[in-house]
Amino acid sequence: MSLLDVKNLKTSYGPVNVLAGVSFTVEPGETYALVGESGSGKTTVIRAIAGLAPAQEGSVKFDGREIRGASERELRPLRKDIAMMFQDPVGSLSPRLTIRSLITEPYRIQGMKDRDLDAEAKRLLEMVNLPAHFADRYPYQLSGGQARRVGVARALALEPKLILADEPTAGLDVSVQGELLNLMNDLRERLGLAMVIITHNLNVVRHVADRMGIMYLGRLVEEGTTEAIFKEPRHPYTRCLLSANPEPDPDARLERIALKGEPPSLLRRPKGCEFRERCPFAQEVCSQTPQWEVENGHGLRCLAPLS
Amino acid sequence: MTDTLLEIDRLSVDYETARGDLKALRDISFDVRKGEIVGIVGESGCGKSTLISSILRLTAPNTRFRQGEVRFKGQDLLQLPERKMRDLRGADISIVFQDPMQTHNPVLSIGQQMLDIQHRSKAPKADKRARAAQMLGAVGIPDPEARLNQFPHEFSGGMRQRIAIAMALMSEPDLLIADEPTTALDATLEVQIIERLQELQQEFNCAILFISHHLGVIAELCDRVVVMYAGAVVESGEVREIFHDPKHPYTRRLIDCDPGHIKERARVLPTIPGEVPDLANLPGGCIFRDRCDQAMPRCAAEVPPLTQLKDGHHAACWLNHKEAAE
Ligand SMILES: Nc1ncnc2c1ncn2[C@@H]1O[C@H](COP(=O)(O)OP(=O)(O)O)[C@@H](O)[C@H]1O
Ligand SMILES: Nc1ncnc2c1ncn2[C@@H]1O[C@H](COP(=O)(O)OP(=O)(O)O)[C@@H](O)[C@H]1O
Ligand code: SF4
Ligand code: SF4
Ligand SMILES: [Mg+2]
Ligand SMILES: [Mg+2]
Repeated sequence: MSLLDVKNLKTSYGPVNVLAGVSFTVEPGETYALVGESGSGKTTVIRAIAGLAPAQEGSVKFDGREIRGASERELRPLRKDIAMMFQDPVGSLSPRLTIRSLITEPYRIQGMKDRDLDAEAKRLLEMVNLPAHFADRYPYQLSGGQARRVGVARALALEPKLILADEPTAGLDVSVQGELLNLMNDLRERLGLAMVIITHNLNVVRHVADRMGIMYLGRLVEEGTTEAIFKEPRHPYTRCLLSANPEPDPDARLERIALKGEPPSLLRRPKGCEFRERCPFAQEVCSQTPQWEVENGHGLRCLAPLS
Repeated sequence: MTDTLLEIDRLSVDYETARGDLKALRDISFDVRKGEIVGIVGESGCGKSTLISSILRLTAPNTRFRQGEVRFKGQDLLQLPERKMRDLRGADISIVFQDPMQTHNPVLSIGQQMLDIQHRSKAPKADKRARAAQMLGAVGIPDPEARLNQFPHEFSGGMRQRIAIAMALMSEPDLLIADEPTTALDATLEVQIIERLQELQQEFNCAILFISHHLGVIAELCDRVVVMYAGAVVESGEVREIFHDPKHPYTRRLIDCDPGHIKERARVLPTIPGEVPDLANLPGGCIFRDRCDQAMPRCAAEVPPLTQLKDGHHAACWLNHKEAAE
């Protein structure tokens, strides 16, 4: 049984159809990356999983239990098992709280009053390789990398089985980004964590994700093992995305496939293949609607896939 | 006449703080030639924004210029009266920020803002409007005539940044300064912007000073690169030299850290352990010493000078000095 099983998840905000049926699974200990241009619905997917965004249709099963539409009371015990990691974990929290209060807040929210918060803070800081005296610091006294570590510590407080991480390395310098990814990889192995990670940095995906899903306009258009997708992307959009990855080598011969135009309005989804207006490989057949098809674990939504 | 457009010459800038002077820029020197794209790269806090605001003289009130000149077409901008400086900004030198909303006025239509920028021109309004539409078209905004009437929030983030570029280029500046203009954008938009910048640079033949911490973008876009660390230039040179034959350990490590290099999944990604030193309390010797894996005794005693190694390639490291390497 998968740890997380998302099926046909649909979200609309009024007339704005943000998620048009998203399905994927995450196995225990697995890291799954969601990629796609901004506005494609990545954040909405993980917020909906965590019960923080509405989902009018579909199913989200965690450990076999349906959690979509569950009440806050029903969700409470699950909040321990699923932790969110935001892009700017510390900046989004109160600047007046010490790091000790910030990372032990999940215990208080869960009503675990009997915990020795000093000892827990120390344990959590150690886990993310920060010195124990950081417990007495305030957010503004941290560097960018340290702040992200505090975010990881907070996410780990309740010993979750699944971490949902939204752009965890955005805006970090490469060296600090490497430190954070190494830490996350290490913790994942040691604690057997599963992760859903959102990032638009494909270089990051390659190093952390076992499998990846590519989103376009609130749907998955391709899914497979990270290795397979990088080696042989079959959806034209995935091709565009992978080719838009500047390399730190001035002589790199980049075979760019330009992505034309802007994403269409969610109020008026295009007929046929929704990527058609921008697809460099569109054909006549693409006026029909492509279905999701899976072959050897590689999912694809395209009528004229690339080989 | 030389073809040098901008010369930063031994520039040192401090911030006065309660803890004493924070030495944000120390002895910075480099040139930008006409029509050239120069990249400035370095980790956050290394002084990139301070450098730009110093060039434009839009510095925080606690800024102190300690030494050096910023010569633009031979004239030291630091000595220019404020009135002249204001004429220069947005006309001869334009800027694009990381967040395009810093450029756009949310309550004015894009068209109105693009008319306002042309306030110095005597052309009739219809001509100015046509020119605004033409510039929007040049940065790839479809249907530019109609979109002039729209407000900033009606555009996507990528479009807003392209509009900011269009506005910056309206005056046909000699120098465009771009401070992390693609950092907030996703990869496809980032590539669109850098390709657009390349085209526009050829069309308008302006020089670009491009600030970024993304090495891939620097490698793709720039002719020359200036590598900064903790307020100092540690290396500068032609983009190929810098990426293929770095002469400063920091540059080498920075390039090694970029996961774009590593094509196979790596269990452990390379990093540069340690922190940037406290700029208000600088250690003696080489600024990179406590993070350098090749440090020698000499590195603790003396600050390595930025020296020319060969044509235009400069580095500040004792490893490049024969007598030290022995
Ligand atoms: N609360 C909301 N109300 C209305 N629209 C929203 C809301 N949240 C997100 N959206 C819209 O949903 C789309 C997907 O957003 P998001 O999930 O944040 O995408 P991503 O994370 O891929 O950038 C965007 O068009 C966004 O404007
Ligand atoms: N107004 C200021 N007063 C004091 N310190 C400042 C001020 N502005 C920036 N700094 C400090 O100066 C250093 C350089 O900052 P900055 O130029 O913004 O670097 P970068 O743009 O490379 O991230 C940093 O240590 C920063 O904290
Ligand atoms: S179905 Fe056609 S238009 Fe859509 S992605 Fe495939 S090739 Fe392109
Ligand atoms: S001067 Fe010494 S410490 Fe500094 S970068 Fe060179 S080898 Fe390293
Ligand atoms: Mg998002
Ligand atoms: Mg900056």
